[in-house]
Amino acid sequence: MAEENKYFQLQIITPDRIFYEGEASMVEFNSVDGELGVYKHHIPLTTVLAPGIVTITESGGQKEAAIHAGFVQILGEKVTFLAEVAEWPDEIDVARAEAAKARAEERLRNHAADIDVARAEIALQRALVRIGIKQ
Amino acid sequence: MASMRDIKRRKSSIQSTQQITKAMKLVSTVKLQKARNRAEQSNPYFNHMYQTVTSMLARSGSLNHPYLKGGDSGKKAIITIASNRGLAGGYNSNVVKLVTESGMAKEDIQVYMIGRKAEELLVRKGYEIKADYSDVIEGPTYEDATTICKDVLEAFSKGEIGEIYLAYTHFKNTVSHEPKLMKLLPIEFDEAELNEVDNNVLMNYEPNEEEALDLIIPKYLTSLFYGALVEAVASENGARMQAMDSATSNADEMISDLTLKYNRARQGSITQELTEIIAGAEAIS
Repeated sequence: MAEENKYFQLQIITPDRIFYEGEASMVEFNSVDGELGVYKHHIPLTTVLAPGIVTITESGGQKEAAIHAGFVQILGEKVTFLAEVAEWPDEIDVARAEAAKARAEERLRNHAADIDVARAEIALQRALVRIGIKQ
Repeated sequence: MASMRDIKRRKSSIQSTQQITKAMKLVSTVKLQKARNRAEQSNPYFNHMYQTVTSMLARSGSLNHPYLKGGDSGKKAIITIASNRGLAGGYNSNVVKLVTESGMAKEDIQVYMIGRKAEELLVRKGYEIKADYSDVIEGPTYEDATTICKDVLEAFSKGEIGEIYLAYTHFKNTVSHEPKLMKLLPIEFDEAELNEVDNNVLMNYEPNEEEALDLIIPKYLTSLFYGALVEAVASENGARMQAMDSATSNADEMISDLTLKYNRARQGSITQELTEIIAGAEAIS
């Protein structure tokens, strides 16, 4: 039996550019409800992204990218990520991410009344994702 | 007739003005190119966003969400995007006109302002400026758009404002820009467009539909707003380029006119001198 083509179209779009466009056999990412892996012919689904690492499995191997905030639309043969920020590992400045991590932790520890806890938490998460993908 | 010296002085002053307008034109041409590229790059994101949101709403038109119904407050927020600098023809005043001629009562309008020039005009006319983000227009980023949108949406969910509008200049192409007043919230879609959306796919939402809507609509608005920001920057530079182009050609016209006058005055004075010499010589002989 001829093997069915297992690749689907994957697009990752950010406000500044088309970040990724190609054929993939699987994509894994974090949604707000937990981790998700998508193969071809997934049921139609729209879900909101959580900051995390997206792993794209192409014919030539795997690719990873950091993604923060946005949502995904999954339609059988086509998966579209609309992300606010997306970065390849080589675009990430670890020193900056470490600094941001320290800053966010500092803010959360001091817990001053005037800080935006939610924002600091998101900043911390972002920094952790950036550092995580580098390792 | 003006003296030769006056004409000469006038001419050289126009020439130096022309040099400035020429340089400004070149600068805005370069900036326009950059801004246009950015506007084009943000297009796919926006288009997808628009498709997703329309198809979501087409299927869930009956959702009773505040973003779709509008608030109770009679106040209206207008996010106005203009420029920090003048010398761009009618660019700023056209945007201001959108606000003043929107048909809304002045007392009901709260302006979220981007662009100092237009802000001055609106303040003079007695509009309430709720917030000022003028620095953003120098180099708009998506993050800027997110912060501003968050502020406005917060006011909306607190019930301070009932409707949100966006006044900006739509960039059609290099020579044509169109000031536009757009309603952001409550969201309104063309019935016709909604019907065109393919309803055959049964979409699932995670978390549930309403929560997804809650998260996605602010993103949709932010993308709209970001698109408007980059288009406004492109339009501003396009308008300035045109204004400076016509200023340069006006200066050319004036210079050639003055050159003619100067030559005439020079010839006149020579003729006069000659007549005087001849008359003097005749008187002696």
